[in-house]
Amino acid sequence: MAAVQVIRSEWTKIRSVASTVWTLSLAVVVTVALGMLISALSRSQFDRMPARERLNFDPTVVSFAGMTLGQLAMIVFGVLVVSNEYSTGMIRTSLAAVPQRATFLFSKIAVAAALALAVGMATSFAAFFLGQSLLGSHRTEIGDPGVLRAVIGGGLYMTLIAMFSMGVASMLRSPMLSLGILMPFFFLISNILGNVDATKKIGRFLPDQAGSRIMQVVPRVDDDTPYGPWGGLGIMGLWVVAALTGGYILLKKRDA
Amino acid sequence: MIELEGLTKRYGEKVAVNNLTFSVRPGIVTGFLGPNGAGKSTTMRMILGLDHPTAGDVRIDGRHYDQLKDPLTYIGALLDAKAVHGGRSAFNHLLCLAQGNGIPTSRVHEVLDTVGLTAVARKKAKGFSLGMGQRLGIAGALLGDPRILMFDEPVNGLDPEGIHWIRTLMKSLAAQGRTVFVSSHLMSEMALTAEHLVVIGQGRLLADTTMADFIRQNSRSYVRIRTPQRERLLDVLHEAGITVVEAGGEALEVEGGKAEPIGELASRHGIVLHELSPQQASLEEAFMRLTAESVEYHAHSETASVPRDWGADWKGA
Amino acid sequence: MIEAVGLTKRYGDKTAVYNLSFQVRPGAVTGFLGPNGSGKSTTMRMILGLDNPTSGTVTIGGYPYRKLPNAPRQVGALLDAKAVHGGRHARNHLLCLAQLSGIPERRVDEVLGVVGLQDVAKKRSKGFSLGMGQRLGIAAALLGDPQVLLFDEPVNGLDPEGILWVRNLMKALASEGRTVFVSSHLMSEMALTADHLIVIGRGQLLADMSVKDFISANSADFARVRTPDTEPQLREKLTSALTEAGGQVLPEQDGALRVMGLPLPRISDLAHDADVRLWELSPHQASLEEAYMRMTQGAVDYRSSIDQRAGLQQPLPPGAQPPMPVPGQGQPGWYAPPPPQQGGQPFTPPQGAAPAGPYGGPAAPGPYAPGAPAGGPNPYATPGNQAPAAPAAESSPQPSAAPVAAPAQTAAPADLTKPEDAR
Repeated sequence: MAAVQVIRSEWTKIRSVASTVWTLSLAVVVTVALGMLISALSRSQFDRMPARERLNFDPTVVSFAGMTLGQLAMIVFGVLVVSNEYSTGMIRTSLAAVPQRATFLFSKIAVAAALALAVGMATSFAAFFLGQSLLGSHRTEIGDPGVLRAVIGGGLYMTLIAMFSMGVASMLRSPMLSLGILMPFFFLISNILGNVDATKKIGRFLPDQAGSRIMQVVPRVDDDTPYGPWGGLGIMGLWVVAALTGGYILLKKRDA
Repeated sequence: MIELEGLTKRYGEKVAVNNLTFSVRPGIVTGFLGPNGAGKSTTMRMILGLDHPTAGDVRIDGRHYDQLKDPLTYIGALLDAKAVHGGRSAFNHLLCLAQGNGIPTSRVHEVLDTVGLTAVARKKAKGFSLGMGQRLGIAGALLGDPRILMFDEPVNGLDPEGIHWIRTLMKSLAAQGRTVFVSSHLMSEMALTAEHLVVIGQGRLLADTTMADFIRQNSRSYVRIRTPQRERLLDVLHEAGITVVEAGGEALEVEGGKAEPIGELASRHGIVLHELSPQQASLEEAFMRLTAESVEYHAHSETASVPRDWGADWKGA
Repeated sequence: MIEAVGLTKRYGDKTAVYNLSFQVRPGAVTGFLGPNGSGKSTTMRMILGLDNPTSGTVTIGGYPYRKLPNAPRQVGALLDAKAVHGGRHARNHLLCLAQLSGIPERRVDEVLGVVGLQDVAKKRSKGFSLGMGQRLGIAAALLGDPQVLLFDEPVNGLDPEGILWVRNLMKALASEGRTVFVSSHLMSEMALTADHLIVIGRGQLLADMSVKDFISANSADFARVRTPDTEPQLREKLTSALTEAGGQVLPEQDGALRVMGLPLPRISDLAHDADVRLWELSPHQASLEEAYMRMTQGAVDYRSSIDQRAGLQQPLPPGAQPPMPVPGQGQPGWYAPPPPQQGGQPFTPPQGAAPAGPYGGPAAPGPYAPGAPAGGPNPYATPGNQAPAAPAAESSPQPSAAPVAAPAQTAAPADLTKPEDAR
């Protein structure tokens, strides 16, 4: 079985359902629009901020503020790509057509990840430039040190979030269950764990906390994070690998 | 050719399929029968490599399913008409199957045409009726132009023309030398379609035989005779040591016998016969007799005949 | 008693049911037949007051359904087995229905027992198989112990034991004097269950008669005759003798003869006169399916099925092409199934048989011969001769280089694009 065939087939699958279009466009629109809104607000509120916040002010991060919500759309995309196969029963047809389960799963993930990467990069750059244009004098430039890394990192972050969701969905199969776990986790629990002192040290090893480190350009005062921007992304990458491995092992073992 | 050897599937304590050994041969339609819960669907899923056998082996043309390159060109299956993403159009559904198996797009149009779905090819599958879904599933099975075809309850939801069409289709596929394996609950339909039968009950093989033998072995067969020279025939048959039973009207019945020797006897003695018809029970009767033990949900047949008393006390209220 | 008078239903321009008048009488199982899209479901929905007729009336026991006093106790219906809230227990589903119409709780357990679902009564119905859902639907129909019962495709998804049970149940209900109205696509099942038939096509009444009359009216009885296998010349001799006497003789696939137009004793005498010994002489009636096909397909010559089978039974050597049907002899070969959409043409003839129909050949499809597109591709196309170059042949070791003929090239689409309402 040529993987190329399967990749073509998965591409047809992904482009022929409506959910792909609406989840990805939602990710773009929410991330960019919210980033612009926060950027505009920050500009007008900058003078009233406490000194400490002004010191930590990171214009790149501000323009990525929409990603907190935008990543949820990416999660929905990742979950639906995989779990739709199960919820519709299509999985039996698919596995009958492609019995090599590794080829099947990784072709699917490759196609979806490539699409997420393209959309994520576009989103990240759009959010950055549009956000900066609204920050006025507080803006930063793409040529400044670390900024390009942060913008590319933003695109990679969105891709990895989608891939992590695919891994989780291939373990859990049900779209409702997967979304029911992933959405509150990334929207609430991770934030809480990362902000409460007692759990902070563990919280920052969670995929989104570690991964989002790459989008920071201005180092925080009294920052004791034990990893750098790429290190953080690497930690997120390990989470993704773990989720996908788990998904693959279960798919291999399970009856369809 | 599909070969099963000692195929077994356990779910925890429950044995769904127990040591099944049989093969499905090319050139004929083989029916796969069994009550609900007998393990038919599990067996079919194991043939397609969807479920892993607990023990035993199943091979397609000598190879395991996952060793087949472009499996849809070896074996096409209709398992569940609803195993389709409802948001995808019929065309795109078939296209992604075709692409995964190196089948050209032109073939997708052909099979859509074959099953009569060309006009709705661009419509989303969730708007399809059961019968249309079934046709789409059949299109998927035919897609790779495979030598082996497997259908699970293919006539579900089809109307009489559709039923007639699928029956003709399966027979023609077999006549072309393909292997056709079809499960159904409709005995009368099976009797018209299948030549060979594999019957399972509670996961075990109950029969693997031709249709004619199956009916012969599992039901009463007799020869019905009508003649204007009744007394003479009775004498002749008695002499020949053939036991005759008098049935209703003028008919006579010879239990378990063959029509040929009776015809020969009659003509030798110059007896005119107005009827000489071998009678056989239906496939349904034969099947019921064989599987009576292994049915999962028994309806109360006795209550069906006395429903008059149901709720007699409240009906007047 | 269900009575429809001039029942008509239009959806916009489309006429789903047109001027339908019939009666469904108590004490018999009445079968309701028709191709997909012929208006069966619409009619059933109007009987149950779910749809309003555009004109005409339909009454149950003299009342329109909506005016029927205590309707759930008078009429029970199984329309769609999946019309159940999936998260609810089977028993609770029935209990809701029972409470709505003041039926005691005890009755719920009774009907669960009747349909054999007592063991799964506390399970959520979304885990049910199609057959179990069907049983639950039947239980709901029986709940009010009604005098009038409507079933739409009741055996769908049931296993052979379930099918037998439903058949006996319906017969028992009818024998108690109830009115039983059943729609089904399974002709062989209908032949065993129904006493009376109502057949509709394109929303209009085609037949309203007993099963026996229906079969006799739409097909010919015949005799099966077999001569000794060892002496083929006897078969020839008998064939010519029978043909001379005015009978119509056709070969059957197993070597027997199908004789039409001669009574059995006459065949026996003719055989005796010709000095031919008989190994079989049995009376046969055509199947309900044959009769139904004949009626709904217009006057297409149905003999074709025999010829065709004979042709197909020949095992083909690898590489050989299936025999081409001869035009004009009415061999259906591959014909496309009828269009699956609503309001499809019920009269689609078999492709190859179109020219044999009385309503015009493929070049000028009349309203009853829409199967072949005007000037379209060869309607006699058989698999093989237009089969695709075996797909993926280069990339996969195809087990045979034969034109592994797909049932390609059929020509259904003509009628899909036609206006559905020819009236």
